[in-house]
Amino acid sequence: MSEIAAHPPAHHADARHQTSTGISNEKLAMWAFLGSECLLFGALISTYILYRHKAVSGPTPHSLYDIPFTSVSSFVLLMSSLSMALAVAAIQRGDERRLRVWLSTTALLGSIFIGGQIYEFTSFIRRGMTIRTNVTSGAFFVLTGFHGVHVTLGIIMLLSLVNLSIRGRIPQAKAEVIEIAGLYWHFVDIVWIIIFTVVYLIP
Amino acid sequence: MAVVTEPAARSPLLPQRFMKRPQSTAGVTGWLTTIDHKRIGILYGVTAFIFFLVGGSEALLIRLQLATPNGKILTAQVYNQVFTMHGTTMVFLVIMPMSAAFFNYLVPLQIGARDVAFPRLNAFSYWMFLLGGLFLYSSVLLGGMPNGGWFGYAPNTSITYSPGHNIDFWVFGLLILGIGSTASAANLVVTTINMRAPGMRLLRMPIFTWMSLVANFLLLFAMPVITIALFLLMFDRQWGTHFFDPLAGGDPVLWQQLFWIFGHPEVYILVLPAMGIVSEIMPVFARKPLFGYPVMVFSGIAIGFMGWGVWVHHMFAVGLGPVATSAFSVSTMLIAVPTGVKIFNWLGTLWGGSLRFRTPMLFAIGFIVMFTIGGLSGVTHALVPADRQQTDTYYIVAHFHYVLFGGSILGLFGGIYYWYPKVFGRKLDETLGKWHFWVTLIGFNVTFGPFHILGLQGMPRRIYTYASNMGWNLWNMVSTIGSFTIALGTLIFMYNVWKTHREGVPAVDDPWDARTLEWITPNPTPDYNYIEVPVVHHQDDFWHMKYSEDESGRLVKVADSAQFIQRRAGPDDHVHMPSPSFWPLFAAFGAPIIAYGQIYHFYFISAFGALVLLGGLFAWGLEPSTAPPDPDDEPHRELAPAPAAGELAGVGASGGGDPALPGGDSYLPAGTEDLDD
Amino acid sequence: MSDHTTTEAEETEEELAVEAALESRHGHPSDSVYVLIAVGLAALTAIEVGLYYLKASTATAMTLLALMALKFAIVVGFFMHLRFDSPVLRRVFVGGLTLAVTIYIIILLMFGILHF
Repeated sequence: MSEIAAHPPAHHADARHQTSTGISNEKLAMWAFLGSECLLFGALISTYILYRHKAVSGPTPHSLYDIPFTSVSSFVLLMSSLSMALAVAAIQRGDERRLRVWLSTTALLGSIFIGGQIYEFTSFIRRGMTIRTNVTSGAFFVLTGFHGVHVTLGIIMLLSLVNLSIRGRIPQAKAEVIEIAGLYWHFVDIVWIIIFTVVYLIP
Repeated sequence: MAVVTEPAARSPLLPQRFMKRPQSTAGVTGWLTTIDHKRIGILYGVTAFIFFLVGGSEALLIRLQLATPNGKILTAQVYNQVFTMHGTTMVFLVIMPMSAAFFNYLVPLQIGARDVAFPRLNAFSYWMFLLGGLFLYSSVLLGGMPNGGWFGYAPNTSITYSPGHNIDFWVFGLLILGIGSTASAANLVVTTINMRAPGMRLLRMPIFTWMSLVANFLLLFAMPVITIALFLLMFDRQWGTHFFDPLAGGDPVLWQQLFWIFGHPEVYILVLPAMGIVSEIMPVFARKPLFGYPVMVFSGIAIGFMGWGVWVHHMFAVGLGPVATSAFSVSTMLIAVPTGVKIFNWLGTLWGGSLRFRTPMLFAIGFIVMFTIGGLSGVTHALVPADRQQTDTYYIVAHFHYVLFGGSILGLFGGIYYWYPKVFGRKLDETLGKWHFWVTLIGFNVTFGPFHILGLQGMPRRIYTYASNMGWNLWNMVSTIGSFTIALGTLIFMYNVWKTHREGVPAVDDPWDARTLEWITPNPTPDYNYIEVPVVHHQDDFWHMKYSEDESGRLVKVADSAQFIQRRAGPDDHVHMPSPSFWPLFAAFGAPIIAYGQIYHFYFISAFGALVLLGGLFAWGLEPSTAPPDPDDEPHRELAPAPAAGELAGVGASGGGDPALPGGDSYLPAGTEDLDD
Repeated sequence: MSDHTTTEAEETEEELAVEAALESRHGHPSDSVYVLIAVGLAALTAIEVGLYYLKASTATAMTLLALMALKFAIVVGFFMHLRFDSPVLRRVFVGGLTLAVTIYIIILLMFGILHF
């Protein structure tokens, strides 16, 4: 019998070698996607920078910031990048239990961050700054809102991965899936690194 | 022959018999669940052609209205909808998807792969296109079609000046289309970089694949920008934000900037594929290699890069100041250089060639001449003082129709004639093809040539009628006659297609004596593409298999094509191909549902749509199972004996390619060696 | 079914061996390295917050941006592993990033927001 597929169903190690570059399709696709996300968030950040001082009326974000609070939030998200990296390292060593621990930690830290965002937004709204108050607040909420949605989708993805791991579907051979999820998560973190500086800290 | 019917892979989330993964590729279900890049390419092509007829009808309505002064055919309100939809349709629903049809069908074949990197994502992109287009057009029944121009300038498109839902349909429609395009772009970029056959180095790839790579990188990076612009407009309209409201500190120019940062790369996205097609056709019908292949590749890349640096030339009359305006004027003039290089290389390809003026070649030459004319008028726009007069007049309309119709559309038609035998197994009729070409070419020039004159005489764009004493009557009437001539040409084409499928003779496998790899598969292409993945030794490898040169440099035939045409799979062949899936279609439905909910403020409908989308994506991500060999989910397709010409086999399909990843269906070119390339 | 000439167990062993070989070739950092990097990032963040409380000036703004870029590079290079990965990935991502930064700076210049 002639086998057209000369190899048995490929495993991830083989996968890397059978592509033209040695990188898996999924990993290349994620980096390509992240490259395009730079254009997306860049537009939102530029819009904020453009409208930063153009408010005609109403409270502006700068007058309402609680920098200590947001600093803690930022620290939490930064630490979630650490736990994500540890999750990837764990599964690369074959430690499925640690994988779940670190993935759950990442999801938890991410949720704390989102909780902080929600608290922050509701306090702004209570103090009279909504998305439509002025152009600055609009740009602020759209930028941080898009970021928040990205984080939330990331959390859902992380929890699904925990679920899959519990069911034994993420052995060491499939560590790359976690690595790719990690790329997304870290990207979401670096967008926040930019937002924290540009939106909150720059005078 | 053993036909093994394996149990189908089941989505692990759902009960046993419900939502079984489809196995067959037959019938309507076969088309709805297809993940085969060739079928998806055909779907894109047919759908795009139907939209071409719609957009063309819109054009005819415009021409009927403008044929005479004080036209009474369309009211101003309806006219705004018609010209907006004409532009939106032609750009997003015709040229882009028709190019996608070619990318999808050809790129895997040209690089020696069996499919794209992510076949289900590919299907999803198509369904987003179809559903996005239908969503856009559903507006005609729901209060009126978009009417703010294809470029939707704020504040005209704000809720103040466009209170109906027309613009909302435009915004959400483009967002849906955009997601499909971005996904497809990522898919093709990964495919081209990562799935080339052994020996297919980047600078051996066919030129069409190169232009496709550049265009898809452009798409990948340009779509996010218009996505944000559309979201900002949507928030202004739906949630009362002020991004484009000057009274509140907003700036309508921000819309223009974001739109054109997308918009300029977009026009290169619209033309590069056609340039690739023309670059494939000309060497075949000149029996000479493409003149300066590396230069053609690098000029394509240069156009891709430089295309990001010229967008403000769409805004020369906005008042951005002399510095910005002059800088972009210079960059716009500079981008003519790589484009001009291509024109000379095409001429160089023709020069000294043994020319065969078949229909594909006629369209290719037509492209070069018409695109050059359009390019020349483009260069005149680069000069700011000249553009100040030309902008917003019919002179600009002339320019972009020469490059987009005379360029892209003619190129795409050339591609249709050229690859028809590969896709459908038969050649389109040559005589009818020539009639189609000449009638269209003449009609096109009669329609759009006069626009140069009308523009310089001061006729503005986007007016629904004009007074009879402006001096524009004659050329408008001439143009309208031309437009109906184009329609006649299109009818000839449709008749050609109908006739070919009714009575056409099956074509031989290498009907044009071609140069590139896709022609070594039998026509029509089998669903697994290559029975043995080819190993590539040269650029234009197929040509080198058939011909070599003697000492004086003359062409010497060394072998017949028939020797290299691959055989079809026999009963003893086992091919692992990804299974069809309905999740891409299912998930895609979520998008318009979300959009309708948002437009009508029925948020529970949006929530339901979001569930459909997310649920669909989840189920898709989790199929097939990733557990180690489990009798339930590692199915495997056995091919039926060679199918009848034109029919695709419909026997049990195999499971997803790479079980290493949850639901990963990015599969690998089988039979490739572990090359340290 | 494809012809498996080895048993399941043997195959897994094989895979793991290949995997291990690949991993050692790539040299993933141990856990403590990641923690160290995270501590560094936290320290940089602390400095940034500290700068916020200083008198506002162009210098503080520039320093904040520089620190931001540094944190960005550290996360991308080490946590996302781009420093050690294939140049193809680097080109794709850095390409998009460079494009974004260039275009958006040009826009902001045109709006008169940035001045040189």
